[in-house]
Amino acid sequence: MSRSPRSVLAAIVPPLVFGVGFLLVWETAVKVFDFQPYFLPAPSAIWAAFRENTALIWEATKVSGLNAFVGLIVGTTLGVLMSFALARFRMLNDLMTPLSIALNAVPIFVLVALFNNMYPVTSEVPRRLMVTLVVYFIVLVNVARGLREVGAIQLELMRSYAASDVAILRKVRVPNAIPYLFTALRIAAPASVITAFVSEYFGGSQNGLGSRIVGNIALSNNAEAWAYVVGACLLGLTFYLVALALERMATPGGVSARDRVGA
Amino acid sequence: MSDAGAKAVEVRGLSKVFNAGRPNEVPALVEIDLVIEPGEFVSLIGPSGCGKSTQLRLIANLLEPTSGEILVNGKPARKARLDQDYGMAFQQAGLFDWRSVVKNVELPLELKGWDRAKRRTRALEMLDLVKLTEFADHFPWQLSGGMQQRVAIARALAAHPPLLLMDEPFGALDEMTREHMQAELLRICGETSTTVVFVTHSIPEAVYLSTRVVVMSPRPGRITDVVEVDLGTRRDLDTREADAFFKKVTEVREALRGIQPAGIEPDIEQVVEEP
Repeated sequence: MSRSPRSVLAAIVPPLVFGVGFLLVWETAVKVFDFQPYFLPAPSAIWAAFRENTALIWEATKVSGLNAFVGLIVGTTLGVLMSFALARFRMLNDLMTPLSIALNAVPIFVLVALFNNMYPVTSEVPRRLMVTLVVYFIVLVNVARGLREVGAIQLELMRSYAASDVAILRKVRVPNAIPYLFTALRIAAPASVITAFVSEYFGGSQNGLGSRIVGNIALSNNAEAWAYVVGACLLGLTFYLVALALERMATPGGVSARDRVGA
Repeated sequence: MSDAGAKAVEVRGLSKVFNAGRPNEVPALVEIDLVIEPGEFVSLIGPSGCGKSTQLRLIANLLEPTSGEILVNGKPARKARLDQDYGMAFQQAGLFDWRSVVKNVELPLELKGWDRAKRRTRALEMLDLVKLTEFADHFPWQLSGGMQQRVAIARALAAHPPLLLMDEPFGALDEMTREHMQAELLRICGETSTTVVFVTHSIPEAVYLSTRVVVMSPRPGRITDVVEVDLGTRRDLDTREADAFFKKVTEVREALRGIQPAGIEPDIEQVVEEP
């Protein structure tokens, strides 16, 4: 499944050229039309602000990144545990499903405002709770489906082997759910970062990337705000790439489940 | 394993009603009697809805009968299932994506509690039998449809069950692969002296493979005719072109035509032609 250097090059070069071209057009537009810095800073100005504030951006990245990471781990763990419980107890499933749907209909970010009231002002717990909640539902929905949606033929085969429910769980349902778990993680990882940023908009310590972006915009420090946005992009990208790498590693033969054909 | 002299399959007075007692009650099978001797190759043929797959699942104890008795290897069907007295193959190979080919074949042995070395040896023997040894470490999605079906057959036979139950196993294959697989199946069953119950809606397939063809009628399903196929034990390409073969095909076709109630244009042609 390894790709030749030529095809890797073919995959990387066009977006790279496009990205650089885009930045050049942006830079030129700012210079030519003489945009004011409070309207749109030039990429060179953003880069300068980024260089100047690297240490601060790194500090803020660590705060937001840790919040996202803790929420991701706790949310995934709870989601997996709950999906097993749902697969095991039908009644629980009937109780939980309407509740999940109702919760999903709520603009869920507002909950962080409520969480903020429950904890001291400088606590990171409300933000982590928020991330946990978002991740939890993504993981729960996907893993529960993976445990449930096993081929009818495969279940008949297992019955013909006189397999117990436990054996069916271990040998069919769990392996079947693993690609679903990693798909969930691939969605949940960037979502956890975004949730961590947005959670910072609702008060609490002004220490994360989200609050720094808002704070700098309020002071019209647009180049600085954009520099923090760059940091946020890098953090989100890191989470996504790690999740993607885990998914590749966990799939037999290294082929993503979505690319498979047959059987 | 089986008692000496026990029938491979013994079905007496078998009926199956789905949704019994409810408004959408469907009588699927009525008063089925069928005895299959060890070493026989019996095909169940009939139009869609005649209950041939249902009958196979009843023999496999994947369904419970409404009334009647089923013995497999001289034991009640449930006991036979728990003892893994039969292997099963379906139209879809039903292989497990996350297991390599050899691990797929090992699965029934794993569930029987065989140790690692013993089941690996057996699985490789089975792959040799279906001529897929060099694909042992491949994953199912890397194989063609015909190869996947051969893995499924190797898996069904891995525990050396005396009985093989097959539900249109070649239904999704193209004509040439299909004929090749039929020949392979006869060879494998000959080498392992396995009894086979085979569900199909292809007349030539039933005639080519079977020692007996059981013709069934739909709604409710019942056995209307049994055609003995005496084409000998060695069957090859010539068999398919022999006059005796065509005579049997015609005989089965007429038996199928006879089951349509008068006044209704039979849609047999559509049902029995190759998909």
